[in-house]
Order: sequence, then structure tokens, then C-alpha cells
Amino acid sequence: MENSVSSDKDIISIQNLTFSRGHRKIFDNISLGIRRGKVTAIMGPSGTGKTTLLKLIGGQLYPEQGQIFVRRQNVHQLKRADLYNLRKRMGMLFQSGALLTDINVYDNVALPLREHTALNESMIRTLVLMKLHAVGLRGARDLMPGELSGGMARRVALARAIALDPTMIMYDEPFTGQDPISLGVLVKLIKELNDTLGLTSIIVSHDVEETLGIADYIYVLSEGKIAGHGTPEQISNSGSEWVQQFLKGNADGPVHFHYPADDYNNDLFQ
Amino acid sequence: MIDFFQTLGHSVLSSFAKLGRSCFFLLQILAGILTVIPRPRLLTKQLYSVGVLSFLIICISGFFVGMVLGLQGFYILSDFGAEETLGVMVAASLVRELGPVVAALLFAGRAGSALTAEIGLMKATEQLSGMEMMAIDPIKRIIAPRFLAGFISMPLLAALFSSIGVIGGQIVGVGLLGVDDGAYWSQMQSTLDFQEDIINGVIKSIVFGFIVSWIALFEGYDAVPTSEGVSRATTRTVVNSAFAILGLDFILTALMFGDI
Repeated sequence: MENSVSSDKDIISIQNLTFSRGHRKIFDNISLGIRRGKVTAIMGPSGTGKTTLLKLIGGQLYPEQGQIFVRRQNVHQLKRADLYNLRKRMGMLFQSGALLTDINVYDNVALPLREHTALNESMIRTLVLMKLHAVGLRGARDLMPGELSGGMARRVALARAIALDPTMIMYDEPFTGQDPISLGVLVKLIKELNDTLGLTSIIVSHDVEETLGIADYIYVLSEGKIAGHGTPEQISNSGSEWVQQFLKGNADGPVHFHYPADDYNNDLFQ
Repeated sequence: MIDFFQTLGHSVLSSFAKLGRSCFFLLQILAGILTVIPRPRLLTKQLYSVGVLSFLIICISGFFVGMVLGLQGFYILSDFGAEETLGVMVAASLVRELGPVVAALLFAGRAGSALTAEIGLMKATEQLSGMEMMAIDPIKRIIAPRFLAGFISMPLLAALFSSIGVIGGQIVGVGLLGVDDGAYWSQMQSTLDFQEDIINGVIKSIVFGFIVSWIALFEGYDAVPTSEGVSRATTRTVVNSAFAILGLDFILTALMFGDI
């Protein structure tokens, strides 16, 4: 069951990672590996540091202890230029889409191409239209981000994330707040892009059904630790009460319904 | 008592930390400017939103300030029978002081607050993080063009403010109060010194443009990425810019015109 951190098949290897915000430990000495060419999901309730983990992998945050290797390079020891070179091969889809709001859809997707390649405008146009076509939004090229629905914005952001043909994509809560149709489109796109482009995908999510449906391997985080990991079947059949509470969405269990407080009667009648 | 010193120490330390961050931020901007120069489209777009869109408020304010100067100047100067020097008084007040200072205060309120809110919201909506993850340096792509646009726009807006103000003074002084038109302009031409008055005024507006753009962009970049954080940052931009403009104006005036 152990998805070995030292495996040659891992594109990302996280070793003994510890990270805190203030006095709260977000990660407490965790280690995990992300397999090349697979869809790996990082799951857990809100506030468990799933997005933080993506930012640590992308080198936007620094760990207190431990190391993160991406393509065998220690992310936090790279010089800025090397880190930027590494990021060109990493796409990231933010929860909000993070599209630049002062330029239209076309220019948003063209942005990384214009910044990082010496292609002429005609070539850029062809590539942008291909990427937008892949996400079904070629016809929306002239719209401004403010005119897009949440689902469309995420698809445009996905087109932008694959503009430079990265080898891996990190998805931050891609399914949150989506209507059923947008949700279905995103699930399909993520799976298809991963399989057809031979990408490695990391999905951070707390949407159980969708994530179990497309992930090859799952890590479940809780209180700074890995509460469980394995294939979707192994996770579904996990003996961990915590994992079962998370998967089934039970209101009470190892994660209590009530935030820690003094005795109720004492509190009311003191 | 200990709490008081603890709070005091904490706020002093955090102020120094913020000062250090802002200086480092400025160095990054200055390095980033080199990448803006070969890409004039980035700059022209910002010149429009920072400079051209401030045009109206600067023109209207300059006109009214000039008219008030003409009115007040006439009443004081007429007591001494020196109405003919009204042009000198209006122009010198505008070019030396009111032009750079009031234009900078208006610029901080109009363009500075807009820059802070824009950058703060870009941070809150992860647009800056998104650029970082696309290996695009937001300082070079987003911040440096805005800084350069503010730096270029400010002296031009101050010059516009002073010019419109002189015309406002003339309309009131000559048109309404009967000061001789030839005296208004000729006294101004013969008394105002290009180096002493105009260049010094331009230097002031360049300094104010630098400071206001720096404060506005840093406050946005350093804002807590929430609605409240952006709101506080926008307020800080206007307040800190006003303090910086007025404080620096005193120092620059003392250096340029005083014998301190």
C-alpha cells in the first residue's frame, strides 16, 4: 500500500514535511510520493492544508522542515531562474481560476506563450485556439473573465495551464461550487487531458464522489497527518473511522460536531 | 505596563519589517523597469489608466484653485496697489507649491487608491500567485509598468494643474476684477525664473510621483488578501501618501528655496 517516496516512478517526492501557520501545525512530518502519469488526489476537509501543499510543491511557500523534490530537483533549493524553469513544466489550476481580469480570454491563454516563447502571433493564435477548443471554449475567446460563469472561468484557466504543454498539472479544488453540467465537463476534461497528453495530475479536493471516480491514487489528510492512502477501492474499504466519516459525510464521529467548549450546562447556567 | 512595552515593541518591530519589505520591493521594481522599456504596450496601457484618467480631476481642480488664488491674491494685492503683480503671485504659488503638492494629493486619491485596490484584489483573487506559477514575475509584468506610468504621469499632471490654474487666475483677475491683461502675463514672464521656479517645481512633482506610486503599489502588494485588508490598504495609501507628500514638500522647499 505504501506509495514509496523513493520510487523512480514518482515525479514528486515529499519527505518529512513539516509546516506551520502561527502555532498551528498544518503538516507534521508527512511523506508522500506522486506517481508519474497518474491522477493522484489529495483529500481532506477544509483547512487541512491541501492548497498549502500545492503552494509548497510550487515553491510559493517554504517548509519548516523536510524536502520536496519535483523531477528530482529540490524545489526550495533552486535559484529563482531554475524555479521558474521548473514552473514552466507545472500547470496549476487555481480554485478561482486566477484569470487576469483586465484582458480577455484569448489574451489570458496567450499570456504564457507570449512571455515564454518567441513564437509569432500567427503561431500563438493557432495554439491558443487549439487549447481553447480542447476545453470547448474556442467561441468564448473574446469574452472578458467577468463575463464567464465559474465553470467557464475554470476551463479557460485550464486552457491557460496547458498552454505551455506542461508535464504535470495541479488542480486546486476544481469541483467546488460547480453546477452538475460544469462538474461533469471538468471531470471529463481532467481525465482526458491526463490520458491523452500523458500528464501527471494532482487533484486537491474534498468532493468525494468525483475525485474517487477519476483518481488512480488517493491520500487523505487529517490534522497534519496522512489519515489514509491507497487506490479508490482501498480508500473506500478503509478501516479507519476517520476516513469513513470523511467519505460518508457523517456529522459526528472522530471529527466531532461540536467545536471544543466547556460543559453545556455549566455554560448556560453559570 | 509590560503589555504596553510588549505592544510598543511589537509595533516598532513590525514597522521596521514593513519598511524593509517596502525597500526590497522598490529594488525589485527598479530592476523590473528595465524589462518594461522594450515592451511599450505594457506602459501605454497603464499611462492611460493612471495618467489620462486623472486628467479631468486635475484640470477641474487646477482651474478652481487658480480662480481662488486670483480672487484672494487680488484682494490682498489691491490693498498695496500691486494688482499688476497678480500674475506673478498666482503662477509662483502654483508652480512652486500648489501645482506639485495639490496635484500629488489628488493623484494619490484618484490613481494611488485605484492602484492599491487593483493590486490588492489581484492578490486576493490569486492572480498574482497564478502568474508566479506560470513563471511570470508579477513585479516585472504588473507592478513595474504601473510604477513607471505613475512616475511619468505625475510631473505632467502637475504641469497641467499649474497651467490650468494660471488660466483660472487670469479669468478671475483679468476677466472679472479688471487687472491689466498685459501686466498679468508680462510680470509673470519677467519675474518667474525657469531654473528656480519651474525646474524646482518639476523636481518636486517627480519626487511625489515616485513616492506615491511606490506607496500605492506596495500597500496593494502587501495587503492582507481579504475585503477588509484591501480596504485598509487603500486607506493607508491615501493617508501615508498625504503625509509623505507634505513632509517631503517641506524638506524639498527648505533645500531649494531656504537657507537652512
